[in-house]
Amino acid sequence: MGKKSLAAPYIVWMVGFIIIPLLFVVYYGLTDRAGAFTLENLAAIASPEKVRALLRSLKLSVFSTAICLVLAYPLAMILKGLHVKKGSFVVFLFILPMWMNFLLRTMAWQTLLDKNGVVNNVLAFFHLPGLHIINTEAAIIFGMVYNFLPFMILPIYNVLIKIGDDTVEAARDLGADGVQTFFRVIFPLSMPGIVSGITMVFVPALTTFVISDLLGGGMVLLIGNVIEQEFTFTANWNLGSGLSLVLMVFILISMVLFAKYDRDGEGAVM
Amino acid sequence: MMKFLKRFYLAIIFIFLYAPIAALMVLSFNSSKYMSRFDGFSLKWYEAMFSSDLIMSALKTTLVIALISAVVSTVIGTAACIGINRMKRKPRAIVMGLNNIPMVNAEIVTGISLMLCFIAFGVSLGFGTILVSHITFCIPYVILSVMPKIKQLEPSTYEAALDLGASPFRAFWQVVLPDIRPGVLSGFLMAFTMSLDDFIITHFTKGAGVNTLSTLIYSEVRKGIKPSLYALSTVMFLAVLVLLVIANLPKGKKEFAKEI
Amino acid sequence: MNDTPLIRLDKISKTFDRTKTSEGTMVLDELELSIKENEFMTLLGPSGCGKTTTLRIIGGFEKPDTGRVYFEGADITDLAPNKRQLNTVFQKYALFSHMNIAENIAFGLKIKGKTKSYINDKIRYALKLVNLDGYERRSVASLSGGQQQRIAIARAIVNEPRVLLLDEPLGALDLKLRQDMQYELIRLKNELGITFIYVTHDQEEALTMSDTIVVMNQGYIQQMGTPEDIYNEPENAFVADFIGDSNIIGGLMIEDKLVEIFGVKFPCVDTGFGVRKPVDVVIRPEDVELLPEGEGRLSGVVTHVIFKGVHYEMEVMAGDFEWLVHSTVCHPVGAKVGIGVDPFNIQIMKKPESEDEEAVGVNG
Repeated sequence: MGKKSLAAPYIVWMVGFIIIPLLFVVYYGLTDRAGAFTLENLAAIASPEKVRALLRSLKLSVFSTAICLVLAYPLAMILKGLHVKKGSFVVFLFILPMWMNFLLRTMAWQTLLDKNGVVNNVLAFFHLPGLHIINTEAAIIFGMVYNFLPFMILPIYNVLIKIGDDTVEAARDLGADGVQTFFRVIFPLSMPGIVSGITMVFVPALTTFVISDLLGGGMVLLIGNVIEQEFTFTANWNLGSGLSLVLMVFILISMVLFAKYDRDGEGAVM
Repeated sequence: MMKFLKRFYLAIIFIFLYAPIAALMVLSFNSSKYMSRFDGFSLKWYEAMFSSDLIMSALKTTLVIALISAVVSTVIGTAACIGINRMKRKPRAIVMGLNNIPMVNAEIVTGISLMLCFIAFGVSLGFGTILVSHITFCIPYVILSVMPKIKQLEPSTYEAALDLGASPFRAFWQVVLPDIRPGVLSGFLMAFTMSLDDFIITHFTKGAGVNTLSTLIYSEVRKGIKPSLYALSTVMFLAVLVLLVIANLPKGKKEFAKEI
Repeated sequence: MNDTPLIRLDKISKTFDRTKTSEGTMVLDELELSIKENEFMTLLGPSGCGKTTTLRIIGGFEKPDTGRVYFEGADITDLAPNKRQLNTVFQKYALFSHMNIAENIAFGLKIKGKTKSYINDKIRYALKLVNLDGYERRSVASLSGGQQQRIAIARAIVNEPRVLLLDEPLGALDLKLRQDMQYELIRLKNELGITFIYVTHDQEEALTMSDTIVVMNQGYIQQMGTPEDIYNEPENAFVADFIGDSNIIGGLMIEDKLVEIFGVKFPCVDTGFGVRKPVDVVIRPEDVELLPEGEGRLSGVVTHVIFKGVHYEMEVMAGDFEWLVHSTVCHPVGAKVGIGVDPFNIQIMKKPESEDEEAVGVNG
């Protein structure tokens, strides 16, 4: 039904505002201020300060992605076990916090994680050691997990609910016990969700500059902060674009993974 | 035991997700302006919020941009889904790959690329550039929520409507749209939410003089955020909550009535 | 009945290009077909034979690559489906699930701007016609498959179409319901007095209901005729094989009214196939007579017996060929029998001359 031409406005829009702008990043990244071709902007990533920021970004994003996955998978399994109606309500509860500004929500953790804040009071009440992570890398990981956890839960949940009871029953019928059913059937079937969840968490964590700004107290520089400063502070667009290109290489690698597991090319994202 | 563990785990995660929201709500009634101390109940930040032109104009900009970009991206995205669904495998895979770019790419790169592009074409940054950028990153969300519904669609219902004399437009409006409505609606809400909550892309495409709530908050981070912004976000959060509850009530009743 | 056809398909060709690499599949090749007013015509064939495409071209949902469609002499090839004087009953019913039964039936009438009272009368009339009085307020989901099918029919006929197109409408129903609905459809057709074009792959359905059956395969019409013609005098091996069970045996036409199979001469009634020409011989299983050993023209041994309720189905090895035989008398496995066939029950068909023709005619 309908006509193919209905997709035309979309294609024009996406080419005009996705592809062409990206070409500008490539252009600026590969030229100097005078407009001559150069690889200097790419090579700039090798300077000690930037290498440190990139490695730190990689480290923090890998940690936070791993934590998100470990937290989200059991959660998605629990949600799968709920009734559909109840389940979709619970899923809705994961999206709801987005209605409160994410900068404010992240800022609020500063208060909560303060030396004398609510979290430490609760921990003290249970006679547990306090958390002193404000303005450290740990706080940034905390903030990443907080902000991106829903993006890990939703794709995994969406894949899990598509696994029919009959598939599970068939596995049981063929002699698999609960653990075997999980590792041989459910887990492999949920791979696309896991991969898209990882992409959805890893990329924003790798490239963020806001969370490090808010929870790192300006002490912890990530690659995102470096790039952001090239645009807003030092106004060196060429260098900023060059670093962005380097960043995109890392993203491309995860995109290739993404495409490999998503055979339809239509995403299991939401 | 297992059931208790599951519930306990769910509860912990929800506390984790909602604790900062609760904290902000509490702090919005704090008579002290310091985040770390609760000095007593006060509504003064609510008064301050309503009398601040800065906050009110940022709120207006945020809502207008979210609304327009949600409407435009829903229309473009839904039309696109119908068109894409008719395409052959290859072009379709290419278009869906295109759709994945803004979703998978780093927001900072998307923001920078749009900024460079606008400036290169001599477009001055402001309300219009924010709007265009928001529509751009909202469309993929609409596509992702509408596409599955379009695929599930029984093509013969559309044909049946034509067969019974409906024009293609009427057949779409009366028969196809009701079938895909949940997808269109959730795409719209998704787009609205994403636009409302966006900071990074707005940060790069906004130019001087225009602020959304996100950029206003960010600019105040270093000066120390005024609790009137907590008050505002509390109001917005509660307003949305109430709206969603109301929107779901009559539907719930109807379904209940159908069941008996 | 007058002689000018109500619908005429003139040299309709249609190709679907599925992939870029292959040239595409030819679905219809210069199809010619005329449908008379008030006829119950069935397009019968295996899946992929082009029957549904033919129906969709008549309905306006597909455009032919070449060829024209005429309705009462007027060219309607380019007319949109919503402008045609015909309605379709879809295979999966295609009811509008967000509307109740009355709203579904009223859909077409509301578009035509009929008055409320007219619409209400029509709904009541149509529901009565399909034996579902009082179902106006029910939801689509609360109906069974058979009931949904009746509603789909009601929704189509309230628009008073000149022609009703039915695309395997009984395909999703179980056997008993399917048989009931066959009688129901015949009754409806008689009460409404309109033309039905019916698509099915079920030969029994086709034989039961149709005035005319069009047997199709691979985009060509194999044979067109009354159910009796098609069953008793199949024109080629494909039709013989597709309609009912049959024994198709290579033979030699000795002369008019005499054919030789397995070296034995059988008298028959067919003429005009020439002298000493190879032919295909069709004998229906119920027409094979099993006689005591030594009688008949061939002798054989029973190899399989299955009880089918009304009759026994047996396989008899005779003349190096496994004969399929239906009989109310059971012969046990291993029994030696004689085989005889009444000359009237031997149907002679021309052998396909070339490989090509064979492919078109036989391969399903």
